[in-house]
Amino acid sequence: MTTGGVDSRGLPAALTDPKSVLSKRSVYFDYDSYEVKAEYKDLVTAHAKFLTENRQFKMLIQGNTDERGSREYNLALGQKRADAIRKMLSLLGAREDQLESVSLGEEKPKNEGHNESAWAENRRGDMLYNGEF
Amino acid sequence: MSGIGLKLRRIGLLAVSALAFLQPPAHAQLTIEITGAGANRIPVAIADFGGEASASRVVTSVVRGDLERSGVFKMIDTSGVAMTETSNPAYPEWRGRGADALAAGSIGGSDDGRQEARFRLYDVNKQAVLGGSAFVTSKAMLRAAGHRIADMIYEKLTGEPGVFSTRVAYVVRVSAARYELHISDADGQNAQVALISKEPIISPSWSPDGGRLAYVSFENKKPVVYVHSLASGKRVVVANFKGSNSAPAWSPDGRKLAVVLSKEGGSQIFIVNADGSGAQRLTTDNAINTEPNFSPDGQFVYFTSDRGGSPQIYRVSVGGGEAQRVSFEGSYNVTPRLSPDGKTMAFISRRDGSFRLSVMDLASRQVQVLTDSHKDESPTFSPNGRMILIATEMGGRGVLSAVSIDGRIKQRLSITAGDVREPAWGPFNK
Repeated sequence: MTTGGVDSRGLPAALTDPKSVLSKRSVYFDYDSYEVKAEYKDLVTAHAKFLTENRQFKMLIQGNTDERGSREYNLALGQKRADAIRKMLSLLGAREDQLESVSLGEEKPKNEGHNESAWAENRRGDMLYNGEF
Repeated sequence: MSGIGLKLRRIGLLAVSALAFLQPPAHAQLTIEITGAGANRIPVAIADFGGEASASRVVTSVVRGDLERSGVFKMIDTSGVAMTETSNPAYPEWRGRGADALAAGSIGGSDDGRQEARFRLYDVNKQAVLGGSAFVTSKAMLRAAGHRIADMIYEKLTGEPGVFSTRVAYVVRVSAARYELHISDADGQNAQVALISKEPIISPSWSPDGGRLAYVSFENKKPVVYVHSLASGKRVVVANFKGSNSAPAWSPDGRKLAVVLSKEGGSQIFIVNADGSGAQRLTTDNAINTEPNFSPDGQFVYFTSDRGGSPQIYRVSVGGGEAQRVSFEGSYNVTPRLSPDGKTMAFISRRDGSFRLSVMDLASRQVQVLTDSHKDESPTFSPNGRMILIATEMGGRGVLSAVSIDGRIKQRLSITAGDVREPAWGPFNK
């Protein structure tokens, strides 16, 4: 039930068009927290709807943290973040076999800086569709 | 020349390459600086070894370097002295130079025609031989012979085994797209590359026999646990379940691994056989449970959990059951690592926003913060329990630092071409 063309990875325009809400893939978290904030509810709901209506799609949710603290603890914290997004998607209709939540911990920072604005960018969960990971 | 170019290019095309024969790294090796020494150092004189000049120089400098960097000894000047293990020591002269102990030796031919490093150690005050030995060696193994001699001197003079013949593993982040797993001698020399990957490598952990390393690699875009046999370069996947797989820790008998899996939701500690079979869940709490570490008697698993609201250290019997909380001071205590005698726990504690190496005496629960640094992580004990190696940050770069368990002796190990991190000190070299 996707509309429009597909790109070279087989992704419909709905997922990649910057004007589509589904082109947004990131959920940001507070320090040491794995609670999905209210402001991301609409975004997660839109992706859940897409997954519900397009059962052939699978999603990898990657949790990330800032650089502070233990690498393995951060890996577990990133997992909690990815799990929180996965649970929400699942409650909203996505099937568990469409979803995998994993953690990159502090190992793959989007912003390599060492200040609060860099850290805020790295405390993040990313929702990737097959073809994107 | 073209052969080397081809080989490098081939490695560049692969996401990861496990090296069957360990190779020296392309960039500089670890260098060690002493940044703090013990209060009562034992004055010891190491006379220049006799025999073939270049071989003797190597052995002499390795023995002196090992003993001096340990922070336990003060080197006494030996200039103007020519002696070997067969000479009679001039005890009054050595006493005059301030030496409590004296070692002398030589490199020569053994009875079967091979090269041999011989030495004798003397107590200057008692005017007595403390010990001595001979090691068959070869040109390539001269440094190893020097480490063996330094180990024996260390043990005779301190009563504890030396760790100069042991090895350390660590990860070098060369760039955002190149990570290398290195293994070097404890003095940072003789570094070899075991694995090259485009994705991060974390949490290396030595098997108790020193033959294998477990670690976490992100080469499949998610954390997967491998066990890597160093002699063959062969790797097996030990945990690659749905979700994340991480934090491997060996049981003391080398037959099992504790790993952290998210396959059942959250991060839970499981015990698996060393080949990855037979996963059994150990923690049941729904919170974060990670960083397992076996007690040396194999009875308990220490770990980090946020079940009480903040990350703290707990322990649970290997048979399961209720976990007991171990750390109480402060709001962030992570990465428990037990000393080889099981009496001390090294861990990382957040103090005033900084992450610092700390130790707890497990009997008294007394805590001591050992550093004043900002970003300590990944503590690992030397096999004799005297030193703790950590990753820390200096001038924005990742370096390793070795700290004695009383916090007095400090050494910094750095590499010029990259961030060094994730140290793991190997077992005694049997």
